[in-house]
Amino acid sequence: MERIPILKMGDFLIVTIQVDMHDRLVTTLQDDLTSMISSHGSHGVLIDISSLDMVDSFIGRMIGNIAGMSRVLDAETVVVGMRPAVAITLVELGLSLDGVRTALDVEKGMILLRASTRRRLTEEDEDGRDEG
Amino acid sequence: MSKNGQGLLEVLKGQESDLLADWIKEQSGVAPRRGASIRESEVRDQCKEFLGLFQSAIRDGGADDIQGPRWGGVRELLSNLSRTRGLQGFSPSETASFVFSLKKPLFTRLGRAHAKDAEGLAEATWSANQLLDSLGLYTTEVHQKAREEVISRQQQEMLELSTPVVKLWEGILALPMIGTLDSARTQVVMESLLQRIVETGSNIAIIDITGVPTVDTLTAQHLLKTVTAARLMGAECIISGIRPQIAQTIVHLGVDLGDVTTKASLADAFAIALERTGRGVRKVRAGS
Repeated sequence: MERIPILKMGDFLIVTIQVDMHDRLVTTLQDDLTSMISSHGSHGVLIDISSLDMVDSFIGRMIGNIAGMSRVLDAETVVVGMRPAVAITLVELGLSLDGVRTALDVEKGMILLRASTRRRLTEEDEDGRDEG
Repeated sequence: MSKNGQGLLEVLKGQESDLLADWIKEQSGVAPRRGASIRESEVRDQCKEFLGLFQSAIRDGGADDIQGPRWGGVRELLSNLSRTRGLQGFSPSETASFVFSLKKPLFTRLGRAHAKDAEGLAEATWSANQLLDSLGLYTTEVHQKAREEVISRQQQEMLELSTPVVKLWEGILALPMIGTLDSARTQVVMESLLQRIVETGSNIAIIDITGVPTVDTLTAQHLLKTVTAARLMGAECIISGIRPQIAQTIVHLGVDLGDVTTKASLADAFAIALERTGRGVRKVRAGS
């Protein structure tokens, strides 16, 4: 059965969607991703959808769901490389993906993830100092 | 009907040159043209060609149906004629008078041909009248269609002209919007903006609405759609150029701009865009 590969890169996980998504594939991806996040203790997930040229409300909701699941598991999600046509379609469908961070390409997405995890770490340090 | 067509044809054939001269005289009498003049030799050529085609159409197809294939030649001549005259600035009635001015000389001759036969005359006149009327209406139709084509082309051009996406700095785009925002324009604006965001890899897009005369709920919704689409792609939007009246309207209408950054002027928006990309502007020497 085909699956979408999930790559681990340091603290982050990278998912590249390059095939047409269907129900089974999405459920498998959600299973794999959530178990990877908890087993590796990842702080960030980067989903690259630059090869995705067709979306429907299902895929839109799927992206939102994955972001929600990762957040529950304490990992930030960044969706990168969305094509103009896809963005327009999602807006027309009324899916604005609130709560999902976005970036233009993988590089910018990584910068965003690093910045947010760094910010979080320093905040934790400060908290620790306050307590101490 | 064929008998009438026959009578008409005889008149046309027998007195062609005479009829042509009268017709041209008739046309030069009709409607003094303002500016849009047309050479007499051109009119003569057109009239001559029309009479020739008109005759052969009646001979082949009768005077019944000008939409038929036999009348293709006449129709083509008339549509070319009304197109060119339309472009030269003739009004629809001036264009149609090309056909209608044939009535007088033609009916005079029909009357002479049927001098003894009142019933035949009435019938022949009626059929010729019907025929010329439909041809005249045809020219008007084509004239109008040509005008509509011009209008729709201009609309298209305006649409393209009024939505330039300019690059202000590395990573900063600006979209100065001019004119009323409707659904079709928003679509074009959105598409070109998103395309440019991808091409230039810009993080920030400034939408300047100084040139938008009014903002209603629909316009605001269109703007928000564009902002959301850009956000989905990973670019941030700043709306600038909001005039005092428009700010009031937005609040009165209860439009929620959400967490979209808004600025009064493009300069302010540019300043904040530079700040967000980690840049700034400083004075290098004391100027005036």
